[in-house]
Amino acid sequence: MLDIRDLSAGVDGKEILKGLSLSIKAGEVHALMGPNGSGKSTLAGVLAGRSEYVVTGGGVTFNGADLLEMKPEERARAGVFLAFQYPVEIPGVNSTYFLKAALNECRKARHEEELDAVEFLALVKSKTKLLELDPALLNRPVNEGFSGGEKKRNEIFQMAVLEPKLAILDETDSGLDIDALRIVAGGVNKLRRPDNAALVITHYQRLLNYIVPDFVHVLVNGRIVKSGGKELALELEKRGYDWILEGVAASGKA
Amino acid sequence: MQTHTDKPPQTTANVELLAAALGAFDSAPAGANPPWLKSIREQARARASQLGFPNTRQEEWRFTNMAPLLQLPLHAAAANGRGLSARDIAPFRLFADGPCLVFVDGMFRKDLSALPGNGGALKIGGLRDQLAANPRELETDLARHAACDGNFFTALNTAFFQDGAFIYVPADATAEEPVQLLFLASSGRPGATAHPRNLILAGKRSGLKVVESYASLTDAAHVTNAVTELVLGPEARVEHCRLQNENGRAFHVSTVQAVQAGGSHWISHSIATGARIARNQVQTLLTAEGAEAVLNGLFLGRDEQLIDHHTVVDHAGPRCESHEFFHGILSGRSHGVFNGKIFVRQDAQKTNAKQTNRNLVLSDSASIDTKPQLEIFADDVKCTHGATVGQLDQEALFYLRARGIGADQARRMLIRAFASDVVERITMAPARERLEELLAGRFDGAAI
Repeated sequence: MLDIRDLSAGVDGKEILKGLSLSIKAGEVHALMGPNGSGKSTLAGVLAGRSEYVVTGGGVTFNGADLLEMKPEERARAGVFLAFQYPVEIPGVNSTYFLKAALNECRKARHEEELDAVEFLALVKSKTKLLELDPALLNRPVNEGFSGGEKKRNEIFQMAVLEPKLAILDETDSGLDIDALRIVAGGVNKLRRPDNAALVITHYQRLLNYIVPDFVHVLVNGRIVKSGGKELALELEKRGYDWILEGVAASGKA
Repeated sequence: MQTHTDKPPQTTANVELLAAALGAFDSAPAGANPPWLKSIREQARARASQLGFPNTRQEEWRFTNMAPLLQLPLHAAAANGRGLSARDIAPFRLFADGPCLVFVDGMFRKDLSALPGNGGALKIGGLRDQLAANPRELETDLARHAACDGNFFTALNTAFFQDGAFIYVPADATAEEPVQLLFLASSGRPGATAHPRNLILAGKRSGLKVVESYASLTDAAHVTNAVTELVLGPEARVEHCRLQNENGRAFHVSTVQAVQAGGSHWISHSIATGARIARNQVQTLLTAEGAEAVLNGLFLGRDEQLIDHHTVVDHAGPRCESHEFFHGILSGRSHGVFNGKIFVRQDAQKTNAKQTNRNLVLSDSASIDTKPQLEIFADDVKCTHGATVGQLDQEALFYLRARGIGADQARRMLIRAFASDVVERITMAPARERLEELLAGRFDGAAI
């Protein structure tokens, strides 16, 4: 589904990703871990189409198409979803209106009929239950006055409504207490299907107790230096990142 | 940006052009002119001559060069819209049921208007008719509140107004339906000038909602110079909405002057989307304890439009509140001006005054000049002001696009949201809906 080949990218002339390769197939959940500053959020930004990042080498294909050639909205319509680390408050734009417009753009791209207001509200009702989200929040402007936990739940709620093929969760666990974490992870798990995939970006192993990944990758200094199964996350939790950093330093010398 | 001319304040040419315009206005029939009004008008005319035509050397007109107005062949707009029918009016009507007073080229057209039936508390009609029939009811208030001293255009209106609306709500009465005052310019001749004059009297504990709307039936460079005086008795509640959507060649100058007694509550909305040059003054005098004024505003400039708002909130009584909330959206090569004066006089202790002006500048060639001006003579007051000038929030834009919404639509959503922040403060639903339609027409489909 997603093929990242030797990707280099940076911001303001500073290279952050330095030849990153990663392949994700349908039905898989990949976790991307790494110390602060290793480039995790940069990868999320590049995949979603943030204009401040400049790709300097390599490429990304999504279901065979050149993802980097696509505008952010085209990526979203093709089925790429970024759950923001810091969801934006948008005063004056009603949540329901926004999400209906977004869903219908995605449906149009999939050659599906647009939903009318009644159908949309029925869909929203079922999905708010999934995330234990207060439906009243949707009468408010997008994210305005939401608590930190509500914002994160709202991201996964939007994901549930839009049904992307590839979900990129950028530090969705940051700032969440254990109850909120359980709800968010539960929502993500219920959305897992054989025909979709997820890239879960996190600093801590904690989230991976709830969203169990098929693969774990460790990103250091812009490159994936170690990949393994879910047990790799546990090892990182136990031993921290230092042993990997030392390994990288040693191989650099060799 | 406005270029400052190096010419002397009054060029000989401008003096001559002004004299010619005054002469042309003199010849228009003023209607009934009781002695007290005659004297006010004569003083006003003298004042207009004395002040001369405004120029950008004057602080009040620094950013707004009105000189192109004088280049028009100014003359009193004759009431030449006789061919109009109810069908021509229908698209401009906001309220299906409420009273609607129609003015064509400044003159009241009873035949096109919808007046409330007898028995209602409201007294409503044309000012000219009222002056002829019952001038005494007007004597204490008409042309007594909007000062001519420093304002050329108010002086001009006072000297030359021919007609306008008169509304009187007696004490303890509340007008059931909102009232629309519809001003249409029908003349196809450039320079056709109307000086509408409105007087709104709201008695003690009365309630009124009124919309003044201004539109053009032709694309000629016509001129509107309107003055509205509102007098709010103790604890009266008045919502006053002004919708100005004249054609892109028109010149629109207006003064709205409210005078508020203790405990009264005035909400004003000034929505300016039309005209080549528009200058709106929204002013209130809070005379006694516990009065509250809310001044909202929204101006949308595009192409070469210049839209100027000058507000004055004069706190003369103690424990009064004022809230000002103006949003500007400027695209193309348009220019916005906001000047907000707040005076807090020595006796106005415990004043709470707040002023906000936020501007969205959508193109490199558009500009805004915004200036708060606070003069505070009391010591126990709370006054805040803030102005911002910015572009669309890029992070919000990316968020919308990352959910599949196209860049253009995302921009429009954010612009609409910014405008709606003001529009949703209007409590009259039909006026709000009409505005939303207007905003949709303006921003949807347009390249932004």
